[in-house]
Amino acid sequence: MMTLIVQRVAMAIPSLIGVVVVTFLLTRMLPGDPAAYFAGPAATPQAIQEVRVKLGLDKPLIQQFGRYVVDLAHGNFGTSLTTGQPVITELRTRLPASAELTLLGLFVSIAIAVPLGIVAATRPNSLLDHTCRIVSTAGVSLPVFFTGLILIYVFYYLLGWAPAPLGRLDVFYLAPPQVTGFHLIDSLIAGDPQTFTATLKQLVLPALTLGVFSLAPIARMTRASMLTVLSSDFIRTARASGLSNWTVVITYAFRNAMLPVITTLGMVFSFLLGANVLVEKVFAWPGIGSYAVEALLASDFAPVQGFVLTMAVMYVTLNLMIDILYGLIDPRVRLEA
Amino acid sequence: MKRREFLKSATALTAAGCLSAPAIWSKAKAQSRQETLLIVSESGPNNLDIHGVGTNVPGYEVSWNCYDRLISHEMKTLPNGTPYYDKSKFKPELAEDMSIGDMSVTFKLKNDAVFQDGTPVTANDVKWSFDRAVTVGGFPTFQMSAGSLTKPEQFVVVDDGTFRVDFAKKDRLTIPDLAVIVPCVLNSQLVKKHATEQDPWGLEYTKLNTVGSGAFKVTNWTAASQVVFERNDNWKSGPLPKIKRVIWRMVPDAGNRRALLERGDADVSYDLPNKDFAELKSDGKLNIVSTPYSNGIQYIGMNVQHPPFDNVKVRHAVAYAIPYQKIMDAVLYGLAKPMFGAPVDTPIEVAWPQPHRFNTDLGMAKQLLGEAGYANGIQEPIQISFDLGFAGVNEPICVLMQESLAQVGIQSMINKVPGANWRTELTKKTMPLFTNVFSGWLDYPEYFFYWCYHSGKSIFNTMDYQSSAIDGFIDGARAAAANGDAAAYDMDVKGFVDLAFTDMPRIPLYQPYVNVAMQKNISGYQYWFHRRLDYRSFEKA
Amino acid sequence: MIDTTAVARRESPLASLLRHSRHVLAENPVTGFAFALFLLIFLAALFGPQMAPYDPLASNTAQTLKPPNAQHWFGTDQLGRDVFSRVIVATRLDFLIAIASVVLVFLMGGLAGVAAGFFGGWTDRIVGRIADTIMAFPLFVLAMGIVAALGNTVQNIVLATAIVNFPLYARIARAEANVRREAGFVEAARLSGNANWRILVGQILPNVFPILVVQMSLTMGYAILNAAGLSFIGLGVRPPTPEWGIMVAEGAAFMVSGQWWNALFPGAALMIAVFCFNLLGDGLRDIVDPRKRT
Repeated sequence: MMTLIVQRVAMAIPSLIGVVVVTFLLTRMLPGDPAAYFAGPAATPQAIQEVRVKLGLDKPLIQQFGRYVVDLAHGNFGTSLTTGQPVITELRTRLPASAELTLLGLFVSIAIAVPLGIVAATRPNSLLDHTCRIVSTAGVSLPVFFTGLILIYVFYYLLGWAPAPLGRLDVFYLAPPQVTGFHLIDSLIAGDPQTFTATLKQLVLPALTLGVFSLAPIARMTRASMLTVLSSDFIRTARASGLSNWTVVITYAFRNAMLPVITTLGMVFSFLLGANVLVEKVFAWPGIGSYAVEALLASDFAPVQGFVLTMAVMYVTLNLMIDILYGLIDPRVRLEA
Repeated sequence: MKRREFLKSATALTAAGCLSAPAIWSKAKAQSRQETLLIVSESGPNNLDIHGVGTNVPGYEVSWNCYDRLISHEMKTLPNGTPYYDKSKFKPELAEDMSIGDMSVTFKLKNDAVFQDGTPVTANDVKWSFDRAVTVGGFPTFQMSAGSLTKPEQFVVVDDGTFRVDFAKKDRLTIPDLAVIVPCVLNSQLVKKHATEQDPWGLEYTKLNTVGSGAFKVTNWTAASQVVFERNDNWKSGPLPKIKRVIWRMVPDAGNRRALLERGDADVSYDLPNKDFAELKSDGKLNIVSTPYSNGIQYIGMNVQHPPFDNVKVRHAVAYAIPYQKIMDAVLYGLAKPMFGAPVDTPIEVAWPQPHRFNTDLGMAKQLLGEAGYANGIQEPIQISFDLGFAGVNEPICVLMQESLAQVGIQSMINKVPGANWRTELTKKTMPLFTNVFSGWLDYPEYFFYWCYHSGKSIFNTMDYQSSAIDGFIDGARAAAANGDAAAYDMDVKGFVDLAFTDMPRIPLYQPYVNVAMQKNISGYQYWFHRRLDYRSFEKA
Repeated sequence: MIDTTAVARRESPLASLLRHSRHVLAENPVTGFAFALFLLIFLAALFGPQMAPYDPLASNTAQTLKPPNAQHWFGTDQLGRDVFSRVIVATRLDFLIAIASVVLVFLMGGLAGVAAGFFGGWTDRIVGRIADTIMAFPLFVLAMGIVAALGNTVQNIVLATAIVNFPLYARIARAEANVRREAGFVEAARLSGNANWRILVGQILPNVFPILVVQMSLTMGYAILNAAGLSFIGLGVRPPTPEWGIMVAEGAAFMVSGQWWNALFPGAALMIAVFCFNLLGDGLRDIVDPRKRT
């Protein structure tokens, strides 16, 4: 197990280095001049040049890159121009917001897609199967921001069922004392059911938007995996032994079909992390996605670099965890490695 | 086993929470909602201190409400009932008395004014704050210089309660410049405690904390998310505000902001597309107040140093080709004051902005192009640039212009410039054709023209317009204003406006409106030169 | 008695493919429907501009934001332009974006992948590293970054989509090339004296193509959604070009005030197209490799 972890981490290092270099280059290619921004609205070209020297932007790229790497090693991700705060502080406060939303979205997606996939697998090629396929594909065929806006229009504006899309918590609630940064968990720990409910209400629409968008891959994988398992010998034996359909499908088949679904979950989770930048913009969610988008449009490089690096590290860690989980569930994988 | 029990208990807890919650929170929520003003806008401040490096416009609103100045303006009332700041009448704020001498002005400070931490306000704080404003560079220093306030030597502490400003030269704009946002008074002793070698003015501390003597203080700031203000109950510079708490939330999506207002979940917003304002006005569910920008116009600028716009006939052709009324109807929904189409024989007035005499006339445009030597139009597409930060208005203007120019034979291509890059592009002075808006805090024609038309390489002279004739008029007007020579002043102002309309380096389109949408139970909105909200006058019924 | 007169008919490969396809389509009507829809979209892309009743760029400020009526089937937008004409004309641009993206990613990813699978060694390692680096990025943000850095033109949007999908294609192509590396027909080609690259392009790539075609269909849908997402942020195509994504992004702001047609019609067109491409991908997968059905 340890060798597996070390191996994987070693393999990930070149990718992370690649990510750092590419992001640095891309952000330097962005239009927009931070020196002009800092120098203010009435700055003369000389004033702008002075600021440029002060910020170290006149040095050759290699030197700037070197300085960036040294800063990174000290945990200094730089400061954002648009918010004026150190990037690392902002990432730390905003990451739980995005993670909570993405996890809940994934949960919603699983809750709908897995049963859909199982049902479709038990009756292949029937009308039900085709309907399941159409429903899950339809969800992924709309741009995610459009789904979000439609949900807000219908459920908040027309029906008034959902709360105002003002972010994580209604203005009149104080955030629960920070333990994990996940308001749902923290409010339970603090024993505050009102904040819990308020948080949950704010989460419903954005999580639904994200969930709809990731239905298709999970439903398909579940269906495919279940189909394979359902046609295997041991299932035939179970049926022949007279076990109830429910037991056969859920207790035996599903448990064995889980593995590929879990790998897909990993892929879907990282895909969602990318998609949630748009959802965060629509729902005014104070997460790292909206942070990165605002920074990118303002040609503010430090947050963009920090965001990409954080996401890359999370992605690598996630894949590693999935591999380990895989190994725990399926001993055959462990023996192979 | 354990898993199932956990799930069972969590579900029970949630259910219990849902059931018991409604009764308890709705009363508390209702009460605190009544005492709070909830403002929503697209973006928020990046710095709580206007003297900070790169502070954005929302930061100015924080400064206005949390800090005091020596003087402020009285209010007059417009015909439609909106209170409007009176640019020539001043009222005391921190200073209870102002006596203007020949080359200086002396202020007697209120003797009971205190900062939010209880420290009394003295003339030393005023001097320190003013020194800071003229030394930190960037926008604050530039704004101070607009009123000829440039050197710390001009600021003199006579005694703890008396402060004097010496004039470097006579300038009509010096006193008004003391009432703008920049010369605010900070708690110098508190800030000095947080100053360092690298940061002698304590800018890092004031970026995150408000240290003024103003009516409100910031108690919570989550960048790009919300700002929370609480009333300073010890405010001495005016009547105590009725609102106790202001929450300013950032909501990036315009549709959501409108939805919040319509459902009553937000109190005030000034950040909506013109179409929404026009519709909300006719719906009648909200109060919409529209006031013209003081001293501001949206215009089409052309680079006059390079062909084809170095030829005045081509510029006139463009001025005839612009679809002005289409812009007023489809982009502004009538929420602006037209600055075009004045009858040909209208005399030039001593005022700014005022409308020019061009209107849409494609026939004239083609004829002038022919006379300028472009009978076959211009086939090489010209780039029309605009600031993406204000795309809501700029983009349709450029699209309509592109269509109209094509009809007179000028091909063009639209160039969206991201907001962060817009100033850089303007400074370069290479864009051939673009649309932009400019307005000045000090509402005087010579002020506008000095920054926008004078040849002195100002970055606001975006057209790179060089004319010694207009320089003469502008300099003359400023000198006349300083000396109080009304006749010379009027002559010079008419001179530079006339020349601007003859040469047409920039084509004014309209004077924009500041639109504010408020719930019906909110009153007390005042229009200020900075166009931001003043929380001190708001009331919630 | 064995009847030796009955000789088995030799079917041509094309006929066998068609027969197989008919069988698949009969079993799965949804796929048939997807093919028909694809044809419709293709025709709209081809003939759209001629069929549009109004000039998609002509503004008419007297007729702004009119709901669907007899003159304007889909209503008019905020500058008075006919939404129906714009939606039809946009089909061509979106279709082009989709096709260009998949062609580019097939060339980039497919070639790199087969080279990696066929040659192994350093080629494999380098391609693998590039793919891993790209995969480590949050993909939409990478696309945003590329378009923001290089400028928002259609070419850059296509390039960004291709780069973001590169790892997937490289991986699939590599796996397939690996399997076929030792295959008989490749050995035969090698023995006949064919240079390596000729084997790659002439033998292996055509074999890998059908597998990739399935993925390409899905990528077509992704390309259009990507363009829409970029437009929402402000990094999409330049105005006044009609393109579904930017029409949805701009129209969304009008939903709250009740002018739903601005966003709904382009949104529906977009959804139908992406939906069609996704179902098409499924159908193609059934035809090409029934074992991989999901």
